Amino acid sequence: MSPSVRTPLFFAIMAAALLAVGVFQSWTLALAILNLSLVSAIMALGVNMQWGYAGLFNVGVMGFAALGGVGAVLVSMPPVPGAWAAGSWDLAFAALAVLATIGAALLVTRLVPKGRRTLPIILVLVIGYFAIRYFGDRATEAVEGYEAASLGYLGGLGLPVLLGWVVGALFAAGAAWLIGKVALGLRSDYLAIATLGISEIIIAIIKNEAWLTRGVKNVTGLPRPAPYEIELQQDPGFVDFATGLGLPATTASSLAVALVYTALFSLVLIALLALSERALNSPWGRMMRAIRDNRDAAAAMGKDVTRRHLQIFVIGSAVVGLGGAMLVTLDGQFTPGSYQPLRFTFLIWVMVILGGSGNNMGSVLGAFVIWFVWVQAEPAGLWLMDTITAGMAQGDALRAHLLDSAPHLRLFLMGVILLVVLRFSPRGLLPEKTGGVPRKA
Amino acid sequence: MENLANAFVVLANFVLIPGVAYGAQLALGALGVTLIYAVLRFSNFAHGDLMAFGTMATILGTWWLQANGIGIHPLPTALLMLPVGIAAAVALALGTDRVVYRFYRRRKAAPVVFVIVSVGVMFVYNALVRFFIGVEDQRFEDGERFIIRARDFETLTGLDEGLALRSSQVLTVVVALVAVAALFWFLQRTRTGKAMRAFSDNEDLALLSGIDPKRVVMITWVLAATLATLAGVLYGLDKSFRPFNYFQLLLPIFAAAIVGGIGKPVGAVVGGFVVAFSEVGLTYAYRRVLQYVVPEDLMPDGLAQLLSTDYKFAVSFIILVLVLLLRPTGILRGRVI
Repeated sequence: MSPSVRTPLFFAIMAAALLAVGVFQSWTLALAILNLSLVSAIMALGVNMQWGYAGLFNVGVMGFAALGGVGAVLVSMPPVPGAWAAGSWDLAFAALAVLATIGAALLVTRLVPKGRRTLPIILVLVIGYFAIRYFGDRATEAVEGYEAASLGYLGGLGLPVLLGWVVGALFAAGAAWLIGKVALGLRSDYLAIATLGISEIIIAIIKNEAWLTRGVKNVTGLPRPAPYEIELQQDPGFVDFATGLGLPATTASSLAVALVYTALFSLVLIALLALSERALNSPWGRMMRAIRDNRDAAAAMGKDVTRRHLQIFVIGSAVVGLGGAMLVTLDGQFTPGSYQPLRFTFLIWVMVILGGSGNNMGSVLGAFVIWFVWVQAEPAGLWLMDTITAGMAQGDALRAHLLDSAPHLRLFLMGVILLVVLRFSPRGLLPEKTGGVPRKA
Repeated sequence: MENLANAFVVLANFVLIPGVAYGAQLALGALGVTLIYAVLRFSNFAHGDLMAFGTMATILGTWWLQANGIGIHPLPTALLMLPVGIAAAVALALGTDRVVYRFYRRRKAAPVVFVIVSVGVMFVYNALVRFFIGVEDQRFEDGERFIIRARDFETLTGLDEGLALRSSQVLTVVVALVAVAALFWFLQRTRTGKAMRAFSDNEDLALLSGIDPKRVVMITWVLAATLATLAGVLYGLDKSFRPFNYFQLLLPIFAAAIVGGIGKPVGAVVGGFVVAFSEVGLTYAYRRVLQYVVPEDLMPDGLAQLLSTDYKFAVSFIILVLVLLLRPTGILRGRVI
């Protein structure tokens, strides 16, 4: 099957599956799956840039997605003036101490010759640490103490949430630059381990630094880019429109809100797809693939491999961060406790590998398929267990245990999908297009 | 003088002894990672979940023994079931190698492909563990909990501070010592161990000398699974068993292996203790120690804790980053490409 048939065919099958969910289960569920698929597709595109274009193995997707979420929160939530007033001076001094420490450390590396730097740098860092702790502790105490039950954080800037998507992407890019500087250029496993570490640390920071994003107390009620259901239900024009369609106003309003998100997300996804397709088919994209396939040869041709790797790593992470910000916007809340590596890092990886690494359309398709399976596997697993154990007595301990364990079946399924694809079809559902001239089948 | 003794007792109780026990657990885990790396040449992301699987098998066996009233009283029953747990983990590891990794080995796939494959394996192990035992905390320690109780220590020495020595901590150190000694004896003295080291040093040369690669790979998995189960059970006895914690142990274990010099068994042991002591030492609140040695008017207000316990992963990570920046080969000059 040629790619020109394969791609539309698989997407048509996917659309049919979503329509079937709409008809047989519910349209709300179908739209929920569609929206999360779109967000996942954007994260998968980011990972595909790193892995598919450049061969970089990033196991910290969760951390970059969470940073994107922080961006959305910090931009869109209204500021908390009381908390600012309580902690502003100490906060300013703490920030100053951070800057001064970094500046002093950089100055030492500039001025002191190599080999004699260790001691002065340690000294600078130790003094800096205590200064930051002194002001930082006072600031966090003041900020977190301000109406701790409902606020207890600095709040955001109160700007439109769509701007938060950009800021979220920038946060993720910044973290990626730092980590890339350290780990790129060493062997590939080290980047994997380093990204695994940074993502755990990002989550730990977000959970514990309550003055920033309320930590495990969660931020709820993020401003929306879409209207609220209740507003639509009170709008007579909308209610007339809904009755015209033969739907109750409550269902119609939630469908309408979901459709607004779908439209927004699709717009972002299409723009990203168009850009990445162009990039991949440009000289830059060919250079990236050349580096991926044979970095020594590419280096011999004068390409700066480490620099290119850093570039694509930062861009890919920014896209993941964008996806993370969109996800938080869709949920309307930021819950650090919900960031699990299996869900946010490894699931995205299964999407990219299944879809076909190196192919942008593949990543999008993979995201749709895997998210669909992920959502539907839970009831399916329960049904399976129910059928298997149907012969057992109602109160049987084994039956209860098996029914309780059913949700874990989908982890198993994901692992098996990943292993089977890697073994039997390593190029995925939609294999990468290679070369300028289409190959004969 | 007495103040100094008190300060030392507090330090020993909360930093030194837990650090030694944790270090021994990490060292066992890192040894497994480093062996896999030395022979199969990839970082095994499924190692934490292999630990969890072996521990789970041990726990299920322990429960069965407990239900039948079988025990070895002062010692925890889990010790009796260790061979069963190890056997289960070895069987799982060998089965995985046969079904999954062998295919890529024959194809001479790139190391990063192995890493991704190990992620898939991790998913499957993870699901198996959760399927059998669930996601909650499980405690399975029984037998005598303490060797020295804090109260007894206080009456014995007349100090204000008590020193508690838990049996799981002593057990950890003893088992780890025996396991590490046996491993090094095996690697240094036996023919098979020498064959493994030769294979790790130079694969082609080893093959030319008639070393059977299948045997070397098999022994490696057996050793890695054994070490993983030991590490997992000891960690579980010392703290508690929760599948997700075992996944998170992956980071300190990798850090330990890399700090020591990846592919070097001695390095893994050294790295395990470096990471453990840094983690415990940086996240301990020193207030109780300081109150004995610092005059009252100089006492700091806070807990004198350098880093909140929630950031213990940051410690492994910072150590990892420092090593990558300053000495990518690790303390003992392992491999780097």
